[in-house]
Amino acid sequence: MIAFVVRRFLLGLFTVWLISVASFTIIQLPPGDFVDAYIAQLAASGSPVSATEADMLRKLYGLGQPMYVQYGKWISRVVTGDFGESMEWRRPVTEVIGDRIWLTLLLSFAALLITWGLALPIGIYSAVRQYSFGDYAFTLLGFVGIAVPNFLLALIIMYFSFKLFGANVGGLFSSEMTIQPWSWAKAWDLAKHLPLPAVILALAGTAQLIRIMRANLLDELRKPYVVTARAKGLSETRVILKYPVRAALNPFASNIAYLFPFLVSGSVIISIVLGLPTVGPLLVKALVAQDMFLAGTIVLLLGVMTVVGTFISDLVLMWVDPRIRHQMD
Amino acid sequence: MADPILSVRDLHTQFHGREGIVRAVDGVDFDVFEGRTLGVVGESGCGKSVTARSILGIVDRPGRVMGGQILLRPQGGGPPVDLATLPQAAMRRIRGPEIALVFQEPMASFSQHYTIGNQITEAILLHMGLGKRAARARAIELLDMVGVPQPDRRIDEYPFQLSGGLRQRVMIAMALACDPRVLIADEPTTALDVTTQAQILDLLRDLQQKRGLAIILITHDMGVIAEMAHDVAVMYLGRAVETGPVQDIFNRPRHPYTRALLRSIPTVMARPRTRLPTIEGSIPHPFDRPRGCAYHPRCSEKLGAVCETHEPPPIDTEHRQVRCFLHGGIPGAPPGTQP
Ligand SMILES: Nc1ncnc2c1ncn2[C@@H]1O[C@H](COP(=O)(O)OP(=O)(O)O)[C@@H](O)[C@H]1O
Ligand SMILES: [Mg+2]
Repeated sequence: MIAFVVRRFLLGLFTVWLISVASFTIIQLPPGDFVDAYIAQLAASGSPVSATEADMLRKLYGLGQPMYVQYGKWISRVVTGDFGESMEWRRPVTEVIGDRIWLTLLLSFAALLITWGLALPIGIYSAVRQYSFGDYAFTLLGFVGIAVPNFLLALIIMYFSFKLFGANVGGLFSSEMTIQPWSWAKAWDLAKHLPLPAVILALAGTAQLIRIMRANLLDELRKPYVVTARAKGLSETRVILKYPVRAALNPFASNIAYLFPFLVSGSVIISIVLGLPTVGPLLVKALVAQDMFLAGTIVLLLGVMTVVGTFISDLVLMWVDPRIRHQMD
Repeated sequence: MADPILSVRDLHTQFHGREGIVRAVDGVDFDVFEGRTLGVVGESGCGKSVTARSILGIVDRPGRVMGGQILLRPQGGGPPVDLATLPQAAMRRIRGPEIALVFQEPMASFSQHYTIGNQITEAILLHMGLGKRAARARAIELLDMVGVPQPDRRIDEYPFQLSGGLRQRVMIAMALACDPRVLIADEPTTALDVTTQAQILDLLRDLQQKRGLAIILITHDMGVIAEMAHDVAVMYLGRAVETGPVQDIFNRPRHPYTRALLRSIPTVMARPRTRLPTIEGSIPHPFDRPRGCAYHPRCSEKLGAVCETHEPPPIDTEHRQVRCFLHGGIPGAPPGTQP
C-alpha cells in the first residue's frame, strides 16, 4: 500500500516535470526570443527598453544558449518562486496572479462540494425510485442543466436578481472590499458572494454526476449482496446507504481530479460574465496579448494543481474501495 | 410427524413487467420440519430462488407475492403466523432470527467494501441486543464453528481475501448469526468444486444435527438431494409437481418429470461413454405457461387430450403428493379410479 502511494507520488512528480516542459514551450512559442517580443511589445505601448536592460534579460534567461540550459535557468528560478515578469502589466507574474489562484481554487472547491451535495442524494433518489415522477423530473432538469450553457444561466440569474432584488451579483467581493487587505470582514464578504457563482459553475457537472450515480447505483442495486443485506432484516434505507451506495461512490472519488480542470476551463466564460477575479480570464488575456511568462505560469500552476487533485483522488479511492487498498500487497 | 415449522401453501409470485406477467411461482406447496432437510429440486428457471425470496418477503421489484400462505409456527407453540401478510417491520424481525438465507454465489453475495466481521456482527447488533465487543466475540465463535481457521484474524479480512470454500463457510456463519430456526440454502454448492462441495454439505448436516435446524436446500442436482434431503419437493414451472420422503421419491417416483430427472443422474454403474438420457424439449418460459399440465409438451407418458386441457389436481397418498393424471384426478372419472 505504501509502495503504491510512493509510486503514485513519483508518477505525479514526473507529470509535473512534463507540465513544466510544456509551460516552458508555451513561453518559447512566439517567433524570435521572448526578449524580442518583450521589446517589441513595450515599444508598441510606448515605453521602450534600453539595450542594457535587454542584454541583462537575455543573460538572465540564458538566451542564445542551448534549449536545455535555457530550461534549466528558467526552472531554477521558478522553484524559488520567481516566475518572471508579465510584459503587459510590467510587474512580477506572482504579483499579477496574486490572490486569483487561491480564489480560483476556493471557487472550484465550493463548486465541487455543491456538485456532490446535489448529485449524491438526487442520484440515489433517481435510482431507488426509478421511473417515478421525481426521477423523470430530475432527469429532465438534468438534461436542461447539461444543455443550457453556463454563461447563459449566469446572465439569466444576474438579470433576475438585478430586476427583482436590485442586487448586483457580479464579482466575488463588494466593490468597496476589492482593494482592502485581508480581514474577517473581507472574508465574510467573500463568503456572501461565493455561493451564486459556485452554484452556476456546479450545475453542469452536477447533472452529469447525477446520471453517473443513477446508472451505477441501478447496477449495484441488482447485485446479490443487496439481497444478502435485506435477508439480514436491515431496514431498506440502511441496506441502500450502507451497501450499494458505497459501491457506487467510486466515480465521486475519481471526479475530484477530473472535475477540477473542468471547472477551471468552464469557469473562464462565467468568470468573464460574472466578473470573477479568477485565473481563467487572466489566462485568456495573457494568451491574446502573448504575455508568455504569465500564460506559461498559469498553465504550470493549473497543471500542478490537477496533478495534486489526481493524487488526492487516488488516496480517497483507496479509502473508499478496500480492493484497491489490498491489490498492491 | 410433528407439526411443520414452515408450511408454504399455494404460493403465487409474479413479476408484472412491460412484456406481461411472469408467473415465476405458481401455486407451490411444501412443508419444512425441525431437524429435517427439504430438498427443492428442479431445472433452472423453475422458480426455486423466487420461492426462497418470497418466503423472506424480499422479491425484487417488480415481483410480488400475489397469493397463498407462508405459515411459520412460532417458537414455543401458538397459532402459525402468515408471513405473506405480515407488515414490513414485523417481517424484518423474521429475517435473520427466524429464517436465514445462504446463496449460490459466495463472492457476489458479500459486499467487497466491508470486512466479513462487519457484515456478520451487523445482524447480531441489530437483532440480539449485544454490545459491540460481545457481538464480535460471537462472530469469532461462529467462524470457528463453521470451520474457518484462525477466526480471530480472519474476521478482519475482506471477502476477496478468502477462497471460495471459506467464503461459503463465512456465508453460513453469517446466516446462523442470530440462531435462525429455518435455513434456506439456495444452491449453496453450485459455484464450488466437488471436494469443497462435499465439505460444505457435511458442515450443513453437522449444524443441523447440533441445532435442530430446519433446512430448505435448493438445488438442481439430484445427487445433492440424495445425499442431503429427508423430504423432496420436485418443482416444475413454479409448481411442486411431486413431494414426499426421499426414499419414496427415489425408489418409486410417480411423476413423469421426477422419473426423467432421476434418469439423467449419472451412476457408477453406467456403461462408460454412453449418453445420459436428457429430458426432451426445453422448459417453456413461465411467461407462456402451457395450458393444462405444464409438463405435457415434454411428457413421455402423456395420457391424451386431458393433459392438454386440464390442470391435474394434487393427489395425496400417505406423506406424498403428486400432480399427474396418471394417478387420478381426471375430471368426470369417479374418484380413486386409475386409468
Ligand atoms: N427480477 C425478475 N424480473 C423478472 N422475472 C424474474 C425476475 N427474477 C426471476 N424472474 C423469473 O422467474 C423465473 C424463476 O426464476 P428463479 O426462481 O430464479 O429460477 P431458479 O429455479 O433457477 O432459481 C424465471 O423464469 C425468471 O425469468
Ligand atoms: Mg436460482
